[in-house]
Amino acid sequence: MRDVSIIGVGQTAVAEHWDRSIRDLSVEAVAAARQDAGVDRVDVLFVGNMLSGELAGQENLATLVADACGLLPIEAVKIEAACASGGAALRAACLAVGSGAHDYALVLGVEKMTDHLTDGVTSALALAADADYEAAHGISFAALNALLMRRYMHEHRVRHEDFAPFSVNAHRNAARNPRAMYRTPITADDFVGSPLVADPINILDSAGICDGAAALLVAPSSEARRARRPPVRVTASACATDTLGLAERRDPLVWQAVADSARMAYQQAKLKPKDVDFFEVHDAFTIVSVLTLEACGFADRGSALKLAAEGRIALEGDIPIGTMGGLKGRGHPVGASGAYQLVECVLQIRGEAGEAQVKGASIGMAQSVGGSGSVAVTHILQA
Amino acid sequence: MMELPRYHRLRGAYYRLEGSACPSCERRFFPPRPVCPSCKAQGLRTFAFSGRGTLYSFSRVLQPPRGFASMAPYDVGMVRLEEGPLVSAQLADTEGVDLSIGMPVEMVTRKIRDSEEHGYIVYGYKFRPLLRPGRAGGP
Repeated sequence: MRDVSIIGVGQTAVAEHWDRSIRDLSVEAVAAARQDAGVDRVDVLFVGNMLSGELAGQENLATLVADACGLLPIEAVKIEAACASGGAALRAACLAVGSGAHDYALVLGVEKMTDHLTDGVTSALALAADADYEAAHGISFAALNALLMRRYMHEHRVRHEDFAPFSVNAHRNAARNPRAMYRTPITADDFVGSPLVADPINILDSAGICDGAAALLVAPSSEARRARRPPVRVTASACATDTLGLAERRDPLVWQAVADSARMAYQQAKLKPKDVDFFEVHDAFTIVSVLTLEACGFADRGSALKLAAEGRIALEGDIPIGTMGGLKGRGHPVGASGAYQLVECVLQIRGEAGEAQVKGASIGMAQSVGGSGSVAVTHILQA
Repeated sequence: MMELPRYHRLRGAYYRLEGSACPSCERRFFPPRPVCPSCKAQGLRTFAFSGRGTLYSFSRVLQPPRGFASMAPYDVGMVRLEEGPLVSAQLADTEGVDLSIGMPVEMVTRKIRDSEEHGYIVYGYKFRPLLRPGRAGGP
């Protein structure tokens, strides 16, 4: 496999874009990434998206984007892996460029969610769960995570308020990211007083519904010097799966797909968790951050809350997470979130993260998780 | 939306809690599986679970998906069946009950979502707290 680098990135602000379509958002992010790279050539387009059919009434999405961006007749396909779609799209690009099948691969993550009311979006998100044995029983996505959170609280004898540092950290970091949706800092008291979605999960445990698009241009590292900006190498790309249904796991609190994809990524990059300078975690719910940090080797089982309570996940801590707000603070346009994480990794490594800059950031890990831990894509990026 | 043919296909699992059992390693699964994830054997046979178990976790849904508005708020849970597997389902008859992890529950057949457009009602398994654990499973 050839060595692969990211040579350009672009993103729209994450927001409720009432006046903008999935087409508008896609075009803006793609143009920004191509301009950032200063390279015109694109050989293939991979669009990471979860719900365009359900929420934007549009499939054949990659053709739409290629057409709207003036890229016809290039190869273009949509990559869907629930909320891990953005990460899966970069992985497809790495395989395409790494194998030599293509040289310049464009990755776009895009999602348009806010044309619908909350019940419609809640139903759409449940498509990532088992249709017959979870969604059909009214077990929403938040409810699946609530079942995990209640069980975690029971097994480790912790309280709901112990999860507050994750949301407080996400909002604090988002306040430093001009592209983020929730730029208002919150306190632990705000967290505790937030309205319930699915007990014990409340609004401030949960990443918000929003729209956004983020894009990356991928090329062989040997050609990366042609780009305008410093290239960032992709030193690991790994995907793993687990049972679709949460109840079918041997132990639902062990996120094996997350652990497996992280383990493969560490092996590829020849690194250990302690070598990672920052981690773009898939914090769709606070409990997801906890289970993920434990599965990826940043904390022992039952001890991720301690990591947060000690401030070690903050920008100045030893394992900063969600450095530009994460899914909770930046917003979680589901199929686009993985691409946002990767764009943010690139900005951190290039030293362009502004007020959110992690000092000395040169090794970043981004992990995109779909379903209730049923698919995970992990990437490691390095200067 | 629960399409009629799909509902028909699910009747064994939804009405009788039918999963599957592996002929070679004897592990049991719910929902039913075509291939044993443990020993990779095929040709799993139908196995009906007793419907008795204990509560592994629970939640109250306050923001329901489309098709569940008339039932909200409602309780959902994961139940550890006495034969081994975990199952996710709605909980029934929970009013006035202090739910707790580990409490015994049993399967009942109930309406599981709002009535459909064409007027049919989707029934399926739910689990309710066992009020008299000593009398589990009948006389």
